[in-house]
Amino acid sequence: MANRPTEPLFLERQTYRRRRLMDAARILPVAGFILCMLPMLWAGPGAADASVAVGGLYLFGVWTLLIVTAGILSRRLIRAAPPDSGTR
Amino acid sequence: MLTFNMLVLACFAYVAFLFAVAFLAEKRALRGRLGILRSPLVYTLSLSIYCTAWTFYGAVGYAARSGLEFVTIYLGPTLVMIGWWGLLRKLVRIGRTQRITSIADLISSRYGKSNLLGVLVTILAVVFTTPYIALQLQSVTLSFSIFTDGYAKGTAFWVAAGLAVFTILFGTRNLDIDERHHGIVTAIAVEAVVKLIALLAVGGFVVWGVAGGPGDVFRMIEDSPISTWKMDQSRWVTLTFLSAAACICLPRMFQVMVVENSNESHLATAAWAFPLYLFLMSLFVLPIAVVGLNVLPEGSNPDLFVLTVPLAFEQKGLATLVFLGGFSSATSMVIVAAIALATMVSNHIVMPIWLNARKGGATVSGDVRNVMLRSRRIAIMAVLALAYFYYAMSGGGAALAAIGLIAFVGAAQIMPALLGGLFWRGATRLGAAAGLIVGFAVWAWTLFLPGIGEGVLISSQTMAQGPFGMGWLRPQALFGIEGLDGVVHAAIWSLTLNTGVFVALSLLSFPNPVERLQGAEFVNILRYSAGARAFSPGTVDAEDLLMMSQRILGSAEAQALFQSVALEQGKEGYLPDTTSAFLERLERELAGSVGAATAHAMMGQITGGSAVSVSELMRVADETAQMMEYSNQLEAKSEELGRTARQLRVANEKLTALSIQKDEFLSQISHELRTPMTSIRAFSEILRDGGDMEPEARARYSRIIHDEARRLTRVLDDLLDLSVLESGQVTLYNEVTILGDIIDRAIAATGQNASALRIERQPLQERLVLFTDADRLAQVFINLIANAQKYCDADTPVLRILVRDNKQHAVIDFIDNGSGIPSEDQALIFEKFSRLGDTRASGGAGLGLAICREIAARLGGSLTYVPGQGGAAFRVTLPRRLTNADAEAAE
Repeated sequence: MANRPTEPLFLERQTYRRRRLMDAARILPVAGFILCMLPMLWAGPGAADASVAVGGLYLFGVWTLLIVTAGILSRRLIRAAPPDSGTR
Repeated sequence: MLTFNMLVLACFAYVAFLFAVAFLAEKRALRGRLGILRSPLVYTLSLSIYCTAWTFYGAVGYAARSGLEFVTIYLGPTLVMIGWWGLLRKLVRIGRTQRITSIADLISSRYGKSNLLGVLVTILAVVFTTPYIALQLQSVTLSFSIFTDGYAKGTAFWVAAGLAVFTILFGTRNLDIDERHHGIVTAIAVEAVVKLIALLAVGGFVVWGVAGGPGDVFRMIEDSPISTWKMDQSRWVTLTFLSAAACICLPRMFQVMVVENSNESHLATAAWAFPLYLFLMSLFVLPIAVVGLNVLPEGSNPDLFVLTVPLAFEQKGLATLVFLGGFSSATSMVIVAAIALATMVSNHIVMPIWLNARKGGATVSGDVRNVMLRSRRIAIMAVLALAYFYYAMSGGGAALAAIGLIAFVGAAQIMPALLGGLFWRGATRLGAAAGLIVGFAVWAWTLFLPGIGEGVLISSQTMAQGPFGMGWLRPQALFGIEGLDGVVHAAIWSLTLNTGVFVALSLLSFPNPVERLQGAEFVNILRYSAGARAFSPGTVDAEDLLMMSQRILGSAEAQALFQSVALEQGKEGYLPDTTSAFLERLERELAGSVGAATAHAMMGQITGGSAVSVSELMRVADETAQMMEYSNQLEAKSEELGRTARQLRVANEKLTALSIQKDEFLSQISHELRTPMTSIRAFSEILRDGGDMEPEARARYSRIIHDEARRLTRVLDDLLDLSVLESGQVTLYNEVTILGDIIDRAIAATGQNASALRIERQPLQERLVLFTDADRLAQVFINLIANAQKYCDADTPVLRILVRDNKQHAVIDFIDNGSGIPSEDQALIFEKFSRLGDTRASGGAGLGLAICREIAARLGGSLTYVPGQGGAAFRVTLPRRLTNADAEAAE
């Protein structure tokens, strides 16, 4: 079995930033999910009348936000850690 | 009104255009000028087959009926795509390194290249995809009928047939090692653009042409019948989750996302670009629905608003464009789905059966490649035929429309095994298979079979009261929980039971070696590089391998591969050495064509070994462990030997020293014995030869002889005594005595009254009770006192006898006030025949102290010289405590 290379306990700034970038990328879908589930709070059978128009604006607004954030993060991630391209 | 023929012409033109695109793309690929074919743009656009006719037409219908719920179908994939770093990246990496050809291949490969799992997933996929294809056929037929006033006879059949031809032509032309279909992917990308343009065009027309801009649309929505959002919360969450699962598990999605992926970094682009595409596709859905509800007469089919709205405004060109868009979405889905299914069927069902049937092994005559291609073509035709029949039998009714979600729930059944396999090393084949079967069964019972239509397969009585009257098994209300939406109900039960069984059985079962290997590789793919799996290379002939490879990969490709490997190895020609690395690489290449499980089986057949290679490795590891243990034992033994040798050496040295001592002893004895004997001989000679002698002289000589004889006897007695003591053969007569009495005896025996020595005693301390040999002890005291008498050179010689009692020992000190014994002689005095000072005056042989020391030792104590007491001081210690032996002897 391969031996794990010993990793340093504290990293320098660039590597630390890169790790946090990856954390952000992992958490983005969770955040997105929560944002998309928020309408459950004000729409729904028991709640007061919710407007489809406003709800639509909210959803598409969140959608835009997610796309933009994903775009920024992905650009940074690829620049920081280009995968072994091994193009087939 | 556009005539039917004109429409058909338009379709043909479009299809011809697609053919051309596909053909050109393939040519470029063959020439190696892949360029744009490998761009992230093409990859992202190919993902658009997620949007089928169901979404092109159905989304608007969905929105017109239930407001914003249609967004969930696109939110799921969005979330999956933006989370690419965690999940999709791993999936794509595995697909590349393991040369995965389909989702069935992935599952099968992960769980020990299990054919069972491959078959299960394939069957499940065929079951839920076929109705979906039927739905596409229905959409096309419907859209035709809009243009032609309901005349759309035979549309579905011709569309299905045409699609079969297109797919077979571009999907099964040859067996790409990587299972890539450049032509089709490019065509799909073009279709994606057409779809998007069509929808955007209609949307733009609706928002700015019909309404007065976004603000106007906003007001229209508020005034429309769907202005209030009545969210079904359970559906909201469930549908989002289902669409996320479907985005990965649908065979066509897996095909374009993982199998056709050529570069991992494309994922980074698709992560935001694909959600953007979905966003644009959904942006105008609500406006179009609202306008349609507004403008069109009551009761018109909202599913077709995208077509009927432009037609209502006499926008024929736009309508045709939209029609083509819908046609695109239907056909692209069918093509890719058919290819994906055909790949799975040929790799996991046909090939294993065919391989089994051929007893002679993989190299015997029979062209594997041809069989593969033929089976794929047949599979494509079969799938399309099945779909057509499904459509024909369902009558194109509303039942089909619900199929989309039903298929999503079916696809989601693969999720537990997939996610578990990617992230949990404890997931086993048994668990995955059981989970899949349970999930499939529950899905079929609660959603699929009822969805075919009332009374078709499940009678309405069973629906109402459960099978055989078992109420808790009612298809729409399992365990008696009613009131749940159908899709939600099915999704919850099927996935919960699926996951539960999967986890439980995985925890309980033990995976075989290949499973564990694959598990470790899959779960850790992002951290470690792939390890080597060794086939036993020695038993394979390269030529056999070449024969087999040619049949699968084609002569040219196989020979090229072998030649390049041989070149790397530094050999000429087409036959490289069959090293493990080469065998592994060959397996990978074969897997690209026939799937990992089949390739593994074939390699196994040829090399004569099989997955046993891993157990072989484990056996070798056992042997190595045994050898290591053995060598450890040897080391321990040699250490022991070393120690023993050292001890022997020490003992040898001691023996040598002892032997030297013995020699000295003997020489000393002979000296001691000779001296008196000389005197005795001399004087007895004088007496013999004396003749006349005066009686005093005679008496004197006789006395000398007698004295010497006595001295000799004493020496001999002492010697005997000492030897007995040293050899331990002395018999001790232990008894209970009082120390004071022994000292009294000793003093009396030394003729104390005649001596000048004054003895000081401590009568009270001497009342010690001892259990010891009184005579021997007295012998020691006699010697010490006699020595003091002889050697104490003080003017008034005083001998102090001090007695101390520390609980363990009695300590008796004999201290005189003479000059003591010089320190260099303090050890010598206990040696045999050592006499200090004037030797003859002592009258003894110098054995006294040696004997005393031995006696003291035999009595369990010791005799030592104590320096620094102002005179000669001897210490006798005796044990107070009775040993067990003494105690027994005393009784």
